[in-house]
Amino acid sequence: MAEQCAVVGIGQTKHRESRRDVSMPGLIRIAALEALEDADMTFKDVDAIVIGTAPDMFEGIMMPELFLADALGAAGKPIFRVHTAGSVGGSTAVVASHLVQAGVHEKVLTVAFEKQSESNAMWALSPAIPFQPQLVAGAGGYFAPLIRSYIRRADAHPDTGCMVAVKDRAHGMLNPHAHLHLDQSLEEVKAAPMLWDPIRYSETCPSSDGAVAMVLVNQQQAKRVKNPAWVKGTSVRTERTFFAGRDQVNPRAGQQCAKDVYDQAGITNPPVEIDCAEIYVPFSWFEPMWLENLGFAEEGLGWKMTMEGKTKLGADMPINMSGGVMCTNPIGASGMLRFAEAARQVRGTADQHQVDGAKVALGHAFGGGSQFFAAWIVSSER
Amino acid sequence: MSDFLSAPYVLQYTYTRSTGPVIGRFLESLRYGVLEGVRTADGGVLCPPLEYDEKGEATTGEFIQLRPVGTVKSWTWVPEPRKGHPLDRPFAFALIQIDGTDNAMVHVVDAEKPKRMKTGMRVRARWAEERNGTIRDIACFEPVLPYLPGPVHLDYDVRPGQHYTAFLRGLQEGKLIGGCDSQSGKVYVPPRAADPFTGNPTSEYVEVADTGVLTTFTIIRIPFEGQKLKPPYCFGAIVLDGADMPIYHLISGVPYDQIRMGMRVKAKWKPREEWETSLENILYFEPTGEPDAPFESYEEHL
Amino acid sequence: MRNVAIVSFAQLPSVRVSHATDEAELVQPVTSQAMKQVGITQDDIGFTCSGSTDYLPGRPFSFVAAVDGLKAWPPIRESHVEMDGAFALYEAWVRLLHGDIDTALVFSFGKCSLGPVPDVLNLQNDPYYVQPLGLDSISAAALQAQALIDAGKATERDFAEVAVRNRKNALGNPNAQIKGDFGVDELLEEPYLSSPLRKSFCSPLSDSAAAIVLAAGDAAKKLTKRPAWIRGIDHRTEPHSLGQRDLTSSPSAKLAAEKAGVGKGKVDLAELHAPFAHQELILREALGLGDDVNVNPSGGALAANSLMTAGLIRFGEAASRVLAGKADRAVAHTTNGVCLQHNLVAVLEGE
Repeated sequence: MAEQCAVVGIGQTKHRESRRDVSMPGLIRIAALEALEDADMTFKDVDAIVIGTAPDMFEGIMMPELFLADALGAAGKPIFRVHTAGSVGGSTAVVASHLVQAGVHEKVLTVAFEKQSESNAMWALSPAIPFQPQLVAGAGGYFAPLIRSYIRRADAHPDTGCMVAVKDRAHGMLNPHAHLHLDQSLEEVKAAPMLWDPIRYSETCPSSDGAVAMVLVNQQQAKRVKNPAWVKGTSVRTERTFFAGRDQVNPRAGQQCAKDVYDQAGITNPPVEIDCAEIYVPFSWFEPMWLENLGFAEEGLGWKMTMEGKTKLGADMPINMSGGVMCTNPIGASGMLRFAEAARQVRGTADQHQVDGAKVALGHAFGGGSQFFAAWIVSSER
Repeated sequence: MSDFLSAPYVLQYTYTRSTGPVIGRFLESLRYGVLEGVRTADGGVLCPPLEYDEKGEATTGEFIQLRPVGTVKSWTWVPEPRKGHPLDRPFAFALIQIDGTDNAMVHVVDAEKPKRMKTGMRVRARWAEERNGTIRDIACFEPVLPYLPGPVHLDYDVRPGQHYTAFLRGLQEGKLIGGCDSQSGKVYVPPRAADPFTGNPTSEYVEVADTGVLTTFTIIRIPFEGQKLKPPYCFGAIVLDGADMPIYHLISGVPYDQIRMGMRVKAKWKPREEWETSLENILYFEPTGEPDAPFESYEEHL
Repeated sequence: MRNVAIVSFAQLPSVRVSHATDEAELVQPVTSQAMKQVGITQDDIGFTCSGSTDYLPGRPFSFVAAVDGLKAWPPIRESHVEMDGAFALYEAWVRLLHGDIDTALVFSFGKCSLGPVPDVLNLQNDPYYVQPLGLDSISAAALQAQALIDAGKATERDFAEVAVRNRKNALGNPNAQIKGDFGVDELLEEPYLSSPLRKSFCSPLSDSAAAIVLAAGDAAKKLTKRPAWIRGIDHRTEPHSLGQRDLTSSPSAKLAAEKAGVGKGKVDLAELHAPFAHQELILREALGLGDDVNVNPSGGALAANSLMTAGLIRFGEAASRVLAGKADRAVAHTTNGVCLQHNLVAVLEGE
């Protein structure tokens, strides 16, 4: 690796069910300008842009980076578009960091967005295609059986998913950018209707409009700010959706992705050496599943960490301090929001949801049928 | 027959209205689809223009072209239009302040339902098709929405690949076809372009049974468009006998609260004459009544 | 910076309709072939990256199905760009510069036979001002071609000559879809599709797939005698709106060529991704390629144009001539977007 990479600017929009007040260029511009200002830069200073978003069909614009180039001041510059399903926000940040680490560019602006209100996500995700059986209702129909498998395998307490929802929504109350601001008790969460048994309505993520941006720079440029977040490890891993003997609850690709970033960052005991983690939890039950997959808990014991309250802000291992995907889900941006929150924590700029003294944080995203993973470790220390 | 006498009477007459220089100019502009306001002595703008302002001062006679867009200052919903109303469907009367003016115009808003009306909402004029220099040259106002319809319509063909075609052809004959790469020995349903462990195509086709084990499932309780069964119903992963990985299908023929992991199930086929190249030839899987498979026997498929 | 090279290239013949192949069935043979050429398997690959677009099949997440064409156990380091496969090659090049891994597999696949491609490409246009007008890709390119004529930079005869030369070159290319010895006058008699573009001035629509193996430093030398070293590679974009660009030139291609160092030495051949004949003229000028440069010995995109793959094939065609010792210094180019909005240029060298 030729260069070290640091996050010196972070920006995001207020996330809402529908940002009808801004156009698509306007939406990404808000996040990009905020990130540049944070980094004490303007568009002129940017060497290259890396943009990520989920399927183009959400907005009905093919390769929207072409149309969005002007809003990002990209004329005369390289602009690059990543698409790796739900993990795209994470893998986009990884690609951006690699441009810096490889010494190709010094200052890279990376942006991820989704304006889901431009269409209907259910339509865009599952159009009726000939020869394909139309059997299932959205992502929940795919993930609910996995969650049932987890509950059975781990013999997990049935309230675990609800506990995560209460905790993440409480965290989201502290985050003015979050889409959902819900002050919910465990009773209220449990009383919500079952959609895809065992997933309740209250245990699902919303669908949001929003954008997030980061400025990534090399060591020399990192002097621009007093509190850079140093990228200590990045990784992506993929496995196939279906194969014989596939462990869908605790996928090997996720384990390897985590091990890879820990190895690069010199982390041998994640729950001790990592101060907080922002992980991709679109259905609340994924918190205990990923706690195990990421090595924060022994296999089969993730749910206990959650039930014991260890993943709350102020506890041993805070998870999803921003409120996470459970409060905010502009799909293409969701992964990068996780990465950005990890960076905010180690920069000490997470305001109301700051973990005291956070030095090392994990950002994590996944996509597809729990098969595409991306992660990074950021640290306040070079 | 009533004790009271009554007879219809119509008072009807078409007057001749002199418009004067200010109103006349305004109405003449409407004919051409142009909306104008007049400057007042103290620098304000009035639309519709008046000859004299509220302080009794004569307006200046200077006309300003305006965009036919404004803000609703007040409104009322008319659920049953009366004779003489500009619209024959429910609408709103509203006071509309045209952008750049200091007064408001009375007009109607075509908004379909009262829920779409709000004080402060933005509206634009819809011009009448035939204009003759009256205020009705503006047919009505309509809500300005901060978004546009963006229709996309593209016609595609779908052509399944050779492996999936083999699977579909099997279904047409009431068979479930899997594929195997001898190097890995695992049977995939449907057959795959590449075995995940070897990278070779699963080109040796084998027929697997239409019975198997339900490994895991969800009960779908939300209604959505295009649904085949009425919620609640079950959707689950089935490892067919002879296959090494699950397929997904509906589970029925049993009360949903009696569905268990490990349950033995069998395909319920449509009548043979309805078979097509579709997995939907199987309506759903239903219990066989055999004893459940032990957890250990299917744990690796979870 | 580490030296990274193309060490192998495979493609499927470009055909109008590839009937019995889905995405995975295009990917499996072509990736296997590219790896087999240098005697490796997926287990030897450090990073895998692909390029494709959902709008060709009209299905969201179509690249996920393509992963089903790979051996992916144990799990692989993998990424995907919603761009031509040549941009996936760029991402893989960046990845190899890290130094922790030595090889990468790059692939792309494009089936143009499934949908109305010229109309599909209208979805790349501004959704407010242009998309609703249905500006198809041929008409958009035709505006550019007419601008060239109006500026006195080219004539229709020049367009025809480009088409004739490319399709003649394609006679030697077993993977090309349209090839032959056509006459300039014969082409000038074709009716306009959108004036001044005639059918032969436009690329065909093809189904194909391609794969390239990249390797760094010593690993490249171990895999092949004469790697095609990537000496420079860069990409640049332009403003989106057609009305804000000088359509008769390509400042983004020019800048990318400068950054990639095209002018630093003699260019033996160039594979330019010009889906319309007139675009080759614009690109030649932007890249500063003189008459001595052999442009599109494969026949280029005018002979075969599988969207999302045609750009990667340019890299493969250029590299394969370096690998075979037929050229010492070759230029590969790929474009993306309406009227050459975004351009990627690389210089490949034998030594």
